[in-house]
Amino acid sequence: MKRRQFIQQSTAATALVGLSGLGLQSFSSNAKKITILHTNDVHSHIDPFGPEDGRNANKGGVARRATLVKSIRKESPNTLLLDAGDIFQGTPYFNYYGGELEFKLMSMLDYDLATIGNHDFDNGIDGLYAQLPHAKFEFVSANYDFSNTVMDTHVKPYKVFIKDGIKIGIFGLGIQLDGLVDKNMYKETVYNDPIETAQDMTRILKDEQKCDLVICLSHIGYYYKKYPNRVSDLNLARATKDIDLIIGGHTHTFLPKPTIEKNSVGKNVLVNQVGAYGLYLGKVDFYFESGKPVKSNGASIIV
Amino acid sequence: MTIKHLLKLSFILLIFSCNQNFHLNRIEGKRIDINDSIASDQAIEDFIKPYRENVNKNLDSVISYAVNTYTKNDGELNTAIGNLMADAVYSESNPIFNKRTGKNIDFVLLNHGGIRSIISKGNITARTAYEVMPFDNSVVVVALKGEQVLKMMTYLAEAKRAHPVSNQLQLTLDTSDKVSSATVDGKQIDKTKIYYIASNDYLYNGGDRMTFFHPNDSLYVLDYKIRNVLIDYFKKADTLNPKRDNRFIQLNN
Repeated sequence: MKRRQFIQQSTAATALVGLSGLGLQSFSSNAKKITILHTNDVHSHIDPFGPEDGRNANKGGVARRATLVKSIRKESPNTLLLDAGDIFQGTPYFNYYGGELEFKLMSMLDYDLATIGNHDFDNGIDGLYAQLPHAKFEFVSANYDFSNTVMDTHVKPYKVFIKDGIKIGIFGLGIQLDGLVDKNMYKETVYNDPIETAQDMTRILKDEQKCDLVICLSHIGYYYKKYPNRVSDLNLARATKDIDLIIGGHTHTFLPKPTIEKNSVGKNVLVNQVGAYGLYLGKVDFYFESGKPVKSNGASIIV
Repeated sequence: MTIKHLLKLSFILLIFSCNQNFHLNRIEGKRIDINDSIASDQAIEDFIKPYRENVNKNLDSVISYAVNTYTKNDGELNTAIGNLMADAVYSESNPIFNKRTGKNIDFVLLNHGGIRSIISKGNITARTAYEVMPFDNSVVVVALKGEQVLKMMTYLAEAKRAHPVSNQLQLTLDTSDKVSSATVDGKQIDKTKIYYIASNDYLYNGGDRMTFFHPNDSLYVLDYKIRNVLIDYFKKADTLNPKRDNRFIQLNN
């Protein structure tokens, strides 16, 4: 009894220390870390490139990615693993198994979320739908309207995760399908404007859901030098606000490090893309601290 | 107020502070190489193994040899790998088309984005064809009026990409990116003549914004996958040694 009382008192004292520090301490520490891992355009590259490959010899491989992801999750338990689309098409695995193996392996790696790329329609929207039972992760796309297709209700516009009390809203964006994918493949999928959609999504995720982090999982492409006005991740970053990170795909852009872009209200947005074929894993760590921000110009970015 | 009450109160306050008072302070971003310095996860390896063995059984016998490594970026308007693909579609499809219709293909047009991999120097297997052409697209032959073919030439001039064409076509752009000359088998394109253009079903249906395939006079579906065209072509060619040439060029000055 005496011992129990002592423990209670000492716990209370610790808690009071926390309170006296303006009550801003968390239970164990005054900092939180959220890690975002991401791939894009893996294109069915399950095996590593062979030693004879003319360009990517000995690079890539899902089994190696699994080891890497496991070790990162160990040191950073609040990790989300995301894919920005074009999971399908690129090796005979897809021709033989239609995407079954890709989805099963991503499930084994504990992917949290993916968006849909144009090549994910390569066996038709019915081919994509047929593989959904093999995916333990979910899909988001805010600008594809699947209402009149088999994918209806199987793709959400966004998903909110809570990790260590930090609320993370992630929405998906897909590329214009007309002229890129055979209409017989995507059928009645309706493409809506990515920037308008993103503005709706940030309003919902930031203003209504009060997310601490807003991430866009995009397959619209990084930037089109020949068509600078075509909608792209860089243009999206500039035209919107309240997005912290855009994870891109489609253009197979191998960024050595994330790009820092200014949004419509002059705040920083990170835009990242890790090329293709699972040659790299993107990693973005968000560090949160207790208390009011000291700096007026937002978080410092180290890339 | 007992210690218990105080505990509860501080607990509630702390929960509240957890949700409300954290702010984003620092972001660190980087990319991590995935290469042979990372050990493979054994469970994943074991899971892939039966799938891999089944696929490999069919794909790894050597059917040809490449003298060099060829990429779709090794030329401005035509590339060795693109020329190889377009010429392969011509030589493998024309006998079939001719047998069925008595007519001949005039030339082939594919798309630059449809070259999905490099061809590496060394042994060529059926796997190479899967890598270069993973898509299940098939050969179609479109009967097009000369005026539509001229629209195709304008498209190629504006796109300024190395969309593969077979060697029956010769297209030259002037310095201001306009068509300077366009000939098929050495003859100027005749607006009123019907040309038989081989392409693939993706492009025929408007892929890569190739709208010039419509309207057309008729469509011939050969039921011949481009990938199988490549496999058949590789099997016949002992050695692959494609070259960049003058089929699609631009004049300087």
